[in-house]
Amino acid sequence: MTLTQPTVIPAPRELTTKPRRSDQVFRGIVTLGGMASLVILGLIALFLSLKGVHILKEEKFGFISTSKWEVITDDSGSIAESSFGIGAMLVGTFLCSLIAIIVGVPIAVLGALYLTFYAKGAAKKILVSLIDLMAAFPSLLYGFWGFFIFMSSAEYWAKLLNKYLGFIPFFKVPAPIFERSPFIAGLVLAIMIIPIVTSISREIFDQTPLDRIQAAYALGASKLAMIRAVVIPYGRGGVIGGAMLGLGRAMGETVAVYTVLNVVYQINWQVLFGAGGNVASLILLKFGEAGPYEVDALMAAGLILFILTLFVNAVADLLIHRFGGKGR
Amino acid sequence: MTNSNETIEPSPNDKAPEKKMQTQVTPSSLANVAGNRELRVPGTEMLGIGLETRGVHAWFGKKHVLSDVSLDFAAGTVTALIGPSGCGKSTFLRTLNRMHEFIPTAALAGQVLLDGRDIYAPGTDVTKIRLNVGMVFQKPNPFPSMTIGQNVLSGLKLAQIKRGNTDDLLESCLERAGLWSEVKDRLNEHGGALSGGQQQRLCIARSLAVEPQVLLMDEPCSALDPGSTFRIEQTISELAKTMTIVIVTHNMQQAARVSDYTAFFLSDGGPGMMVEVAPTSKIFSSPVDKRTEDYVTGRFG
Amino acid sequence: MTLITIPEPQRPWETTMKQRASTASILVAAALISWILIEVTGLNGKAGYLTSFFLTSTILIFIQQFRLRDVAAAKDSLLGSFALLGMVITVIPIVSIVSTVVIKGYKGIHFGLFIHDMALNSVNDPINQGGLLHALVGTVIMVGGALIISFPIGALTALYLTEIRGRLSRPIKFLVQAMSGVPSIVAGLFILSSLVYPVTKSLSGLMGSFALSILMIPTIARTAEEMLRLIPHELREAGVALGGTQWRTVAGVILPAAKSGLVTAIILGMARIIGETAPLLLVSGGGDSLNLNPTSGAMGSLPYYIWKAFLTGGTDEAFARAWGGLLVLLAFIFILFGSARFISGRKVN
Repeated sequence: MTLTQPTVIPAPRELTTKPRRSDQVFRGIVTLGGMASLVILGLIALFLSLKGVHILKEEKFGFISTSKWEVITDDSGSIAESSFGIGAMLVGTFLCSLIAIIVGVPIAVLGALYLTFYAKGAAKKILVSLIDLMAAFPSLLYGFWGFFIFMSSAEYWAKLLNKYLGFIPFFKVPAPIFERSPFIAGLVLAIMIIPIVTSISREIFDQTPLDRIQAAYALGASKLAMIRAVVIPYGRGGVIGGAMLGLGRAMGETVAVYTVLNVVYQINWQVLFGAGGNVASLILLKFGEAGPYEVDALMAAGLILFILTLFVNAVADLLIHRFGGKGR
Repeated sequence: MTNSNETIEPSPNDKAPEKKMQTQVTPSSLANVAGNRELRVPGTEMLGIGLETRGVHAWFGKKHVLSDVSLDFAAGTVTALIGPSGCGKSTFLRTLNRMHEFIPTAALAGQVLLDGRDIYAPGTDVTKIRLNVGMVFQKPNPFPSMTIGQNVLSGLKLAQIKRGNTDDLLESCLERAGLWSEVKDRLNEHGGALSGGQQQRLCIARSLAVEPQVLLMDEPCSALDPGSTFRIEQTISELAKTMTIVIVTHNMQQAARVSDYTAFFLSDGGPGMMVEVAPTSKIFSSPVDKRTEDYVTGRFG
Repeated sequence: MTLITIPEPQRPWETTMKQRASTASILVAAALISWILIEVTGLNGKAGYLTSFFLTSTILIFIQQFRLRDVAAAKDSLLGSFALLGMVITVIPIVSIVSTVVIKGYKGIHFGLFIHDMALNSVNDPINQGGLLHALVGTVIMVGGALIISFPIGALTALYLTEIRGRLSRPIKFLVQAMSGVPSIVAGLFILSSLVYPVTKSLSGLMGSFALSILMIPTIARTAEEMLRLIPHELREAGVALGGTQWRTVAGVILPAAKSGLVTAIILGMARIIGETAPLLLVSGGGDSLNLNPTSGAMGSLPYYIWKAFLTGGTDEAFARAWGGLLVLLAFIFILFGSARFISGRKVN
């Protein structure tokens, strides 16, 4: 028995809802408010460029690649010669953040696995709250703690590294000054980003589809086997995204690095040696004494930092949303 | 097994009121269907391991959801668990391979004996139990990050079992699951590319790879179309030659088609209980308990 | 139904006393072995002991599982050990930080702290002179100012994402995320270049508020969005079905229902910025005397107070002041956090 279609199928009617005036106003206001982020970010890029672009034009690529930062004024106070290059600080940013990621991310992921698959009941609630709280600690606090309390232990580990692994160029030091090194700053940054990465990873692990987990267990898998077969493939992208968010945070960190690291303007690849800096702490350091010309250079540095962190955050966002499971 | 093409006519013996248009499923007609199966007499063939339960109760927190189920699954038989929704059939099934304990508030009492040994005894290796008692779920759940071939053999990898020649095993599992001819050239494709019925057969093949003695199936066909359902029922009959199968199903015709024994579960608002268990043809033709009769004649459920 | 005696519910899969005892004995053995190792080799210090304790117990548990069960179970125990290690390493700094602040900060606190400012004192003066009143008031004023700017923008953003859900939703969500990644010092530089240099030519509390709001908006927007999403759709449909316009539904139904969620967003936003230092160092001036006028004159703040004590001081008194300031700051953060938890807890119940 077949169903007969009517001989003439009418065209679908247009369904329109014209919003009332009050709604139009409402929608307009809300949309404007929503666009605020776009406007603000745009303004940041704009103003930093306005102030800093002439320095970039002068130094051109050398701004990023060279490592001299000096302003020479003549007797009357006007600028005789200047040379701005944040190369050393970019290296420092890179090194400190790298250490932060290498140390912090594995610890954070392991902690997240513990929270999702091992912790139970009240202990789990307390630990989760504790980690959320830790994410809210100001960087000033981490810097202080890092300088006064953590420094001695970290110095000791640095000495150990130098003693046993000193044949690796990274771990050599030109002079036995282990205090306030990029290594220690990196460790403090690691401790700072652990809560962020742990929270994101934990949320992603929590969303692993239960039916796949059950399928693995029903086949006789141990917890490790299940995690390797189901959780990691599912959450891999999102966890990497979380790690990149941590990276962004580490790259832009100012006061913690400033307090812990001995900010010296030189390229220092030997992370155990007590000298170095990152772009953000450079800006802070030079700001107090900078004349208007130098301030423009600092603006340019800020612009570079802004673009860098924007890029890292964009990639992180993409990873978390595309590959990190649904409903974040 | 070509019963799915038969039209089932109301017979003069049925006590249920006649319904227009619907093919009336009556106890005696189901009994006919069931009677067409060869009744396996337990104990005459030494086929693998049987499963026994003694006084199994289950709770979720304080809620008593399953009460005093004592049921034996003889080696080499297919047992269907039928009954209305929410009467504990799936919960009971999960106590058989220790999946019940994944729910944080779960508790149980009683014994489940696999080859005479209580699987809940202290010191028992849970993963070994699950290698011996496999499970196929209602919604097919192949691992999306693995290819078809990897999915089938995933059980070996997960349990860290080393096998020399896995190709033979791969082919035989897929063959037994009725999927080999359809995927033999596609073993390197991802599991997600298959249809629902094919995915479920893949899951069956996957559970076969670790060579379980018992296979538990939790409404395996409820999400599938009739064609796939038919194929899987064929598979079940084949598999029953070498293992014990317990299948939870909402579909009484399915129970009649595939099972040797049927157990009827019921809950009156309290914990679920097993009301009656009997050879399938008998439970549909002359059930002992009135509640069973009411259910199989369609008076409720 | 025949009555049967219902047995006691049991959980035979949980760790038995026997298993716990055996794990405990392994840990004791590991402690002893580590102690011997410390004596024999050159490793010293707490970290050395803890490391060898961890390694020894992990190896012992691995061997135990291997003998009791099989390789797969032994490898599984490795994951358990390392996951626990990760958790412990995460928690140790928190405990250390909080206890340090309490112990060291305690010395920097005295009753007069909340009454005086630093106009007449230097950071190296004895603790019982001077105070942080100006810093406290400054923080309250600047955070309040930031709130006035950030809450409307953040709430409107959240409303756009949940109520209007237009085509710009995906970009806006991305932008909010991007904004939350802006380094705090860049926010300070931005306000300098856009407002301070061209317009006001002076540092003030208002500039501080502006800089802080850049950091606050994303937090409020994200939290508010999450809270608004929790409102069930049925409420919105009910409002519209009753003939209300969208804006009436939002104002009359949604917002009241989301009240506690929005308060939570505000509190979390405050917690986010209350400790921010870098932008304030650039744009707020960091005065020493009490200043109630946000639009003119340098304004102090808790972070600035702490920073000044640390950098310009150098004596024990100065450091004690800094720790005292940190203790006050941390206390605020705890209070804010606790309130946020409390409010969202009540809502869920």
